[in-house]
Amino acid sequence: MYVAVKGGERAIENAHAWLAEERRGDTSVAELSLSQIREQLSLAVNRVMAEGSLYDPDLAALAIKQARGDLIEAIFLIRAYRTTLPRFGASRAVDTGAMACDRRISATFKDAPGGQVLGPTFDYTHRLLDFKLAAEGAVPPAPSAPPRREPTPHITEFLGQEGLIQSEPESEVAPRDLTREPLEFPADRALRLQSLARGDEGFVLGMAYSTQRGYARNHAFVGELRIGRVTVEMEIPELGFAIEIGEVELTECETVNQFKGSKIEPPQFTRGYGLVFGQSERKAISMALVDRALRWQELGEDNLGAPAQDEEFVLSHCDNIQATGFLEHIKLPHYVDFQSELELVRKLRREAEERIAHREAAE
Amino acid sequence: MADQEKETAARQGWMGLLARAPEAALMALWDRVEARPAYDWLRAPETGGVMVRGRAGGTGAPFNLGEMTVTRCALALADGTVGHAYVQGRSRAKAEAAALIDALMQTEAAERIRALVLAPLAAQMAERAETRAARAAATKVEFFTLVRGED
Repeated sequence: MYVAVKGGERAIENAHAWLAEERRGDTSVAELSLSQIREQLSLAVNRVMAEGSLYDPDLAALAIKQARGDLIEAIFLIRAYRTTLPRFGASRAVDTGAMACDRRISATFKDAPGGQVLGPTFDYTHRLLDFKLAAEGAVPPAPSAPPRREPTPHITEFLGQEGLIQSEPESEVAPRDLTREPLEFPADRALRLQSLARGDEGFVLGMAYSTQRGYARNHAFVGELRIGRVTVEMEIPELGFAIEIGEVELTECETVNQFKGSKIEPPQFTRGYGLVFGQSERKAISMALVDRALRWQELGEDNLGAPAQDEEFVLSHCDNIQATGFLEHIKLPHYVDFQSELELVRKLRREAEERIAHREAAE
Repeated sequence: MADQEKETAARQGWMGLLARAPEAALMALWDRVEARPAYDWLRAPETGGVMVRGRAGGTGAPFNLGEMTVTRCALALADGTVGHAYVQGRSRAKAEAAALIDALMQTEAAERIRALVLAPLAAQMAERAETRAARAAATKVEFFTLVRGED
């Protein structure tokens, strides 16, 4: 039986009005501006841009404000906005070797050209709450030193010169785009990287951690981690040449992984790759570890049955908007579905009771 | 042909600068240009997305990283000179200014626009980049070896 039910409009309207009031909070406290969010909660803004898959700090700040700081809700808002934008085209692949680095470290080579540049890192802080921040106060300017003017070379280049690391041959094949066509398996590496770049930081971190704990261990070193700004170029058909159309901040992680060789590859180092919008090194390192684990087939490794080797498992579950949508839909009214379940359980129970009564009568 | 290439390179230079410029910095300088030419829209400002691509391993096959917002427009001055803009972000005003500057840079007003807008804008942006690079340089690790006292 199908019963159409209407109602709840007033309840919904009132709930939304209350939401707006709760979002504002205590009105004796100054309201947050978007520029405050953009400037002072910049790592939250970065996460929303990375997983929302749209680089626009002002929009991400608005989404965070609207979502009351719920970052997955903010990512949802950005994803929804993104679908309203006409696509002008695709950029040329960014040149991360030309990055203006704020941070650049290597866990494999102490004396790499360009050096170990820490940047504005949380590393080496003591993780003690700093109560000085509870009071307002001016921050003294950070020290400066004569800047490096030449580009900082990628560290894997040095291993590549000796042929000790698997090469990444350059190509210009247009990659498939999972925002334009449904994700199908097997996915190629380009699709996997796109999916991981916009995947949930927590999920990708958990998958990466599982490889470190022994589920398809791949012995990763952080060959290089760099954070900085690169220019984005695009071919403009009406002009007949390419121009820079902007600048984005990126975090890039290249892992160097131990590899004994396989049936099809000689002993050499192999690579995992992470690239994420904004400053987000936990995500970039995680992405690189998972990328490497998912390459088992291409490198002729054994399938150990580990979750991080299973691209269907990883890619189908790393998107927090898809996951949230399906998870949260079960809270919406399922009255009719549930009514039929209820009828079924009552019927089964009646039958079971009748069977017992029947048996007892027979004894 | 060499002249053509030089002209293209120069135009790429200012279009890229305008695309990357912070809106506030560009508009403050553009406001110093009093004589604004009349123009017709060839394409009114429109905001869209561009898919930013990276390369696997930094150097390998391209993949889609995520989109960025871009606003574009095209216009023609009364003498027929066409100005284009593709600028980062969602500002129509910034795109309009960039397209007008692109058109004016192809006219006799070029030197004036360069002096009033492009040169100071480039200097401001270079200074900002330099400040960040100097902060980064101060966080470069200087290793030293401890005396181990084995001899």
